[in-house]
Amino acid sequence: MSLDKATVASIATLARLRVPDDRLEPMVDELNNILGWIEQLSEVDTDTVAPLASVTGHSLPLREDVVTDGGYPDRVTANAPESVHGFYAVPKVVE
Amino acid sequence: MAGPYRIQGETGEWEVVLGLEVHAQVTSHAKLFSGSSTTFGAEPNTQVSLVDAAMPGMLPVINRECVEQAVRTGLALRAKINLRSVFDRKNYFYADLPQGYQISQYKDPIVGEGEIVLDLPGGETKTVGIERLHLEQDAGKSLHDQHPTKSYIDLNRSGVALMEIVSKPDLRSPEEAAFYVKKLRSILRYIGTCDGNMQEGSMRADINVSVRKPGDPLGTRCEIKNMNSVRFIQQAIEYEARRQIEIIEGGGSIDQETRLFDSSRGETRSMRSKEDAHDYRYFPDPDLLPLELDPSRVAALQAGLPELPDAKKARFMAGFSLSSYDAAILVEERATADWYEVLARGRDAKLAANWMITELFGALNKPGINLADSPVSADALGGLIDLIADGTISGRQAKDVFAEMFETGKDAAAIVEEKGLKQVSDSGAIEALIDEVLADNPDKLAEYKAGKDKLFGFFVGQTMKKSQGKANPGMVNEMLKAKLSG
Repeated sequence: MSLDKATVASIATLARLRVPDDRLEPMVDELNNILGWIEQLSEVDTDTVAPLASVTGHSLPLREDVVTDGGYPDRVTANAPESVHGFYAVPKVVE
Repeated sequence: MAGPYRIQGETGEWEVVLGLEVHAQVTSHAKLFSGSSTTFGAEPNTQVSLVDAAMPGMLPVINRECVEQAVRTGLALRAKINLRSVFDRKNYFYADLPQGYQISQYKDPIVGEGEIVLDLPGGETKTVGIERLHLEQDAGKSLHDQHPTKSYIDLNRSGVALMEIVSKPDLRSPEEAAFYVKKLRSILRYIGTCDGNMQEGSMRADINVSVRKPGDPLGTRCEIKNMNSVRFIQQAIEYEARRQIEIIEGGGSIDQETRLFDSSRGETRSMRSKEDAHDYRYFPDPDLLPLELDPSRVAALQAGLPELPDAKKARFMAGFSLSSYDAAILVEERATADWYEVLARGRDAKLAANWMITELFGALNKPGINLADSPVSADALGGLIDLIADGTISGRQAKDVFAEMFETGKDAAAIVEEKGLKQVSDSGAIEALIDEVLADNPDKLAEYKAGKDKLFGFFVGQTMKKSQGKANPGMVNEMLKAKLSG
């Protein structure tokens, strides 16, 4: 698998990263290099091996359905660039 | 029912193919991955934990009850429960999604294929396939109309558990889509996994619409997002199907896209900004291990399910001799079915169903009162039906008594007593009334005897009037007939 310039530009857009044009070509090389390393893994035969989600052997911990959190709107919006009447206020985003 | 639903285009008839994705808010106290409250209508950002606000370093911990609610729902949809499921990140940017991704399930959902049986008019049924059900987080809420240049964001809903229930493309008309939503809502409310409140957004549907000539392969579909009313769902499908037919018949082709329904104009329009947003780059959420279910726990949840609408309907039809139509109405809500069972116990079940559906629902619907707030209880309506059954009052009188009961909340016997409404079934008394009527109207009697048959109704009317409506109408009829032919 290898990426071209257009694909890298589109990935950058999806990730909301502004990549100047002169940085795109080097980034194509860097990403393809990483993909090359990862592709080496496919040389290992894993046909009979179940996917491994965790090496600890733990299972997903579950929480009881009890309200234990919240009730601190000031802390929630403390770092907001702007907040009004308890809301976050952001530049208008509307269809 | 009439033939299949078809839309007449210029080149012939078209078939509509529909699939629904319903987002149902899971009934729980706390959110899917945090301990903050799910209550509707709180002050902005008061039900938000640092997990819901996606502060750095916060870890999601799944709510056991939300998992079990999803399993219950899967079981009620006769679906395959996947004992191992996986949570993935669905990546997109929006102001009300603080994480920059939604935790959802993609390749390995908690529930697989199932089915829903729809009750169609005329007593017909149709089985619709369920493709899957998965758990995911809801996003926050954006308010766009509070400020000229700002959107206000409230994260109270952020992280609330949703079940996304995906149907197979088995629906073929706006009406079937409406019945599907109603039946799904009914099942969810029976088992208590979602309150089904569409106004508050607890249930929302995305509708996939495509058209084809009957027998052709599936056409390209468009998705109408975020519908929260059964009526709008039907309108949107009708509009969208016609739009697609016009494009195809005009020589164009359908672009697969997401559309919004504008209820004020009754039309759908493209959400252009979402065009490149479909690359969600799903990957397994590294904060969450796969969810493993214990088969014995699943069996216990199955055993704990209440009687479901289909089973209740079958029992009502067999046990109470109700029609499929009446039974479907009575079982739609569990509370309605319970009310009916109290009413029907030890009484004529068919008569009880008629009184409940026609008179009670009629009276409740006019002012928009819920059955739970009915001024006439099941026992009170039962008392009225008993008075009809033992001949104390006629069916006609019962309607007046019922109106009075509904108005005042008094019980039937008290009203009958108070107004002296007791039906006269004493043949001697009725005969005396008839004799009076005949004596008062010698000319009409002569005309009748001369062959003017339709005067029979006149004599019935006069006799009923003389009795102040209290005479048993059946007996008046029979006795008059006997007298006049004699």
